Amino acid sequence: MRLLSRDGAPDGRTWLKTKTRMRWPRLAAGPTVFLLPAVTIQLLLFAAPLVIVVAYSFLTRGPYGGTSLPFTLENYARLWDPLYARILLRSIALAALATLLCLVLGLPLAVYISRSGSRKGLLLQLVMLPFWTSFLIRTYAWIFLLRDTGWINHLLIRWGWISSPLPLLYHDGAVVLGLVYGYLPFMVLPLFATLERLDRRFVEAAADLGAPPWRVFWEVTLPLCRPGVWAGSILVFIPCLGAYLTPDLLGGGKSIMVGNLVQNQFTSARDWPFGAALSLALMALSLILLVAVRRAVGRAGGLEDPW
Amino acid sequence: MRLLALYAAAAYLFLYLPLAVLAIFSFNDSRFSEWTGFSWRWYRALAADPRLIPCTLNSLLIGLSATVLATAAGTLAAYGLWKRRHPWLAASLYLSLLSPEIVTGVSLLALYQWMFRYLDLRLGLHTVILAHVSFCVPYVVIVVMSRLKTMDPALEEAALDLGATEWRAFWQVTLPQLWPGVAAAALLAFTISFDDFVITSLVAGVDSETLPMLIYSSARRGISPALNAISTVIVVLLSALILLSERLRES
Repeated sequence: MRLLSRDGAPDGRTWLKTKTRMRWPRLAAGPTVFLLPAVTIQLLLFAAPLVIVVAYSFLTRGPYGGTSLPFTLENYARLWDPLYARILLRSIALAALATLLCLVLGLPLAVYISRSGSRKGLLLQLVMLPFWTSFLIRTYAWIFLLRDTGWINHLLIRWGWISSPLPLLYHDGAVVLGLVYGYLPFMVLPLFATLERLDRRFVEAAADLGAPPWRVFWEVTLPLCRPGVWAGSILVFIPCLGAYLTPDLLGGGKSIMVGNLVQNQFTSARDWPFGAALSLALMALSLILLVAVRRAVGRAGGLEDPW
Repeated sequence: MRLLALYAAAAYLFLYLPLAVLAIFSFNDSRFSEWTGFSWRWYRALAADPRLIPCTLNSLLIGLSATVLATAAGTLAAYGLWKRRHPWLAASLYLSLLSPEIVTGVSLLALYQWMFRYLDLRLGLHTVILAHVSFCVPYVVIVVMSRLKTMDPALEEAALDLGATEWRAFWQVTLPQLWPGVAAAALLAFTISFDDFVITSLVAGVDSETLPMLIYSSARRGISPALNAISTVIVVLLSALILLSERLRES
């Protein structure tokens, strides 16, 4: 598009020609322009906050709860303080237990769904539906069931099985139950996906050669599903590790996890630098695990970027 | 197989029983776990709660604003990513999808507080809306992208070959085929926004209490059948939106 003649003066003829032809803006950048709004949002509302958190994590807590200089590594050193390290380890243990339970409970369900023919889609949707409808309310539902005067204790007393209410709420068990309930769909989905892609001929061959069903499952199906098992496990483990609402409501302050500690530092404790260091430790741990699992199972587990 | 079917039935019971019990007892005449008869009294009590209307309006306003903005940005981004790979944006979306809600919340809070040092602003509806836009975008991109992947690129290539600009090809050729995916994404974004508590509670101001915040504060205070009533209404409505979204995705 030459708008100037060689000596620099506007060239009327070329200009007119371009003007009549330009009805829709021709964008030199091509598809990149489409990305602009999302890139802006990601930069301003995802990357920038993270940069600020990283910066805060090296600052000192101010006298009134703000942040101030000098730079320090103190906040990261405090992560190893037994008081906090114990909460960190507890979170890992609870998340791992919840993941294991999701696997044990989710695998047979995924197998059942993958074998149910035309009802597959419906059954899978039924697993996912509660997941999309209010995590908060689903957690509250468990309070309603488990508290001392809750429905379960009420029934048990009424049937005469117990005389005084069992303490079902506000301990690690209740937290793990809430996590399993919350994230079971994340396990079932990738397991189902790998079962669907499974080469049925291996299974049929094993059965034809006389292996009993349990043995076919244990020695043929399960090893072939390993990528799905890993994918599901990491998809459950990461949100469980960072859980906030479940330990807050079902643990009742007695069973707290890293997420609660982070929230506490940013609200009542007003120690933002330490809260920032904790957040980054949580992010880093999740990320390292994710990258490790992705490396290990490759693209097979459905962990590839969804875009 | 029979054993497996039995197990699956138990698993579905596990997934749905807590919500079912919650819903049933919202119609209980008594405030305790003993069933004493059907009654609408908790729904009437709900209507009398003065905080309900403002919280619902806030949730709707936040949800609708965030949905419009996130759907627009996410749809355009999905289209751009479909045309050409962009590893940085993809990685950033993936990361924001996987970062724990509490971390997203506190980092947004840190950003806002840092900005407020230089700007005369406070936490309020606008900060909540921006936060919701940011966590809804990745979901929109996923849903729209899955729709784009089922589409035949030949139509758009034909439009481009015939001299359409990329904008024109997008608006007049691709978008008209894409709209069920866009609508499904919008419904999902609204559901996620309407439901969020963790991030919202961190970046909300005094004037921006939402419905989940109301539910949370009541749940912390103790159980009330009115809470069951509002929960039942929300679960039913959100489930309907999700089912509609799924139908659109499959159409």
